[in-house]
Amino acid sequence: MNVIEASGLGKRYGSTWALRECTLAVPPGHVAALVGPNGAGKSTLLNLAVGLAAPTTGAVTVLGGLPPGSPAALDGVAFVAQDTPLYKNLSAADLLHLTRNLNRRFDQRYAQSRLGELGIPEKRKAGQLSGGQQAQLALTLALARRPQLLVLDEPMAMLDPLARHDFMATVMTAMADDGVSVVLSSHVLTELERVADYLVLLSQGRVQVAGQVDDLLASHRMLTGPAAGADTYADRPVVHVRRGEAQAHLLVRATADDPVPPGWEAHPVSLEELTLAYLREPGASALPGPVRGRPAPRESGQPSEVTR
Amino acid sequence: MAIDKEISADQDPGRRSGSTSPIEFRLDAASGVPTYLQLVHQVEHALRLGYLKPGDQLPKVRDAVASLAINPNTVLKAYRELENKGLAAGRPGQGTFIQATLSQVALPELTTLHRSLLGWLATADAAGLDEDGIVALFTSALRDFRERRSGTEGVA
Repeated sequence: MNVIEASGLGKRYGSTWALRECTLAVPPGHVAALVGPNGAGKSTLLNLAVGLAAPTTGAVTVLGGLPPGSPAALDGVAFVAQDTPLYKNLSAADLLHLTRNLNRRFDQRYAQSRLGELGIPEKRKAGQLSGGQQAQLALTLALARRPQLLVLDEPMAMLDPLARHDFMATVMTAMADDGVSVVLSSHVLTELERVADYLVLLSQGRVQVAGQVDDLLASHRMLTGPAAGADTYADRPVVHVRRGEAQAHLLVRATADDPVPPGWEAHPVSLEELTLAYLREPGASALPGPVRGRPAPRESGQPSEVTR
Repeated sequence: MAIDKEISADQDPGRRSGSTSPIEFRLDAASGVPTYLQLVHQVEHALRLGYLKPGDQLPKVRDAVASLAINPNTVLKAYRELENKGLAAGRPGQGTFIQATLSQVALPELTTLHRSLLGWLATADAAGLDEDGIVALFTSALRDFRERRSGTEGVA
């Protein structure tokens, strides 16, 4: 059962494609990070997955084939949109009351005990809470619905470091307690590096990299060696080249067991290095694992950028 | 990042009351070491220094997740690694417990060794070595020691 599955999914606003040819399968039990620069199509993909927008092409389903927006999908998926929208004039208690009545399932006891732990007064209007408390309140409303899938769009953009830590601790505790799957987007990879174990990299409206973080890191290496010899590597799957006068760094698809040519050193890559390399090479992609609708994953990459 | 963790470990006994583990994890974001490996290393370190002994419980997954804000899969992966090394074992419905020990030396002897090392450090300091110099000297001596030992035993 994939928590999100898309096939040939595209969305056009006017003459602009916000997302195109998106084929993707996010397995359950993960924290999947949806990463990409501003305007890459992250929010569009999430809005399509939760049923707030309709696709122009292709299809998307959630929780093992449910159409977004269907009653079963609405029961199982909770979504916190960008900037954690709340009715600012309603009190925390009123927002709990409202959410309970708008949903078929709502765990009132969980919601109230969370507010207690967070020190959020139930009578206080949402607009008078701090940014961190507002984010936690929106998250509490979402988690009290006991979803199987929690979708968060740029959840931490407005939060200070402490609020960020507490917010993520709440999400991770829900995952440990109830096994909720999480999909969250961010343009800041570093804030997700510690929590994400599945990565979806979107670039210019397309899925460029998708896979388990461990698998991605194990299948890429950074090779450092003489710039003159960098071209001899053209037959290997090189993702990205950075070249100086004397020395070159090659990000290649290789495992720790692959032989390293004499004169070259191989190093493991960090998630950030890997992501940046792919973002600089829009033509390269890494789509391992079974992706329904496209049995043979695209795998290419040409060394093109030369930096001095 | 480390501030809140230090507080929760040392100055907030209320938050620890639910945990029955003798240790608390911390994370070094700048180390470059994968998170699950940091947890494995910390357990091994605590075993070597005698903070953990067989029968002790490791922090519950939920507690580690709540205090570090990390993915529960990461903690599970670390515990699996410790189980594969034979150092810990999971008990269904209870948690993960230490099964073996890494400390080769009993705690009192460890204290004696620690004291004699402090004495040596004072001598090195008096001779004008700074910290980097001490570490370099110790590393080089350790390498010599290791080579000599493997030479006499005929083991590579």
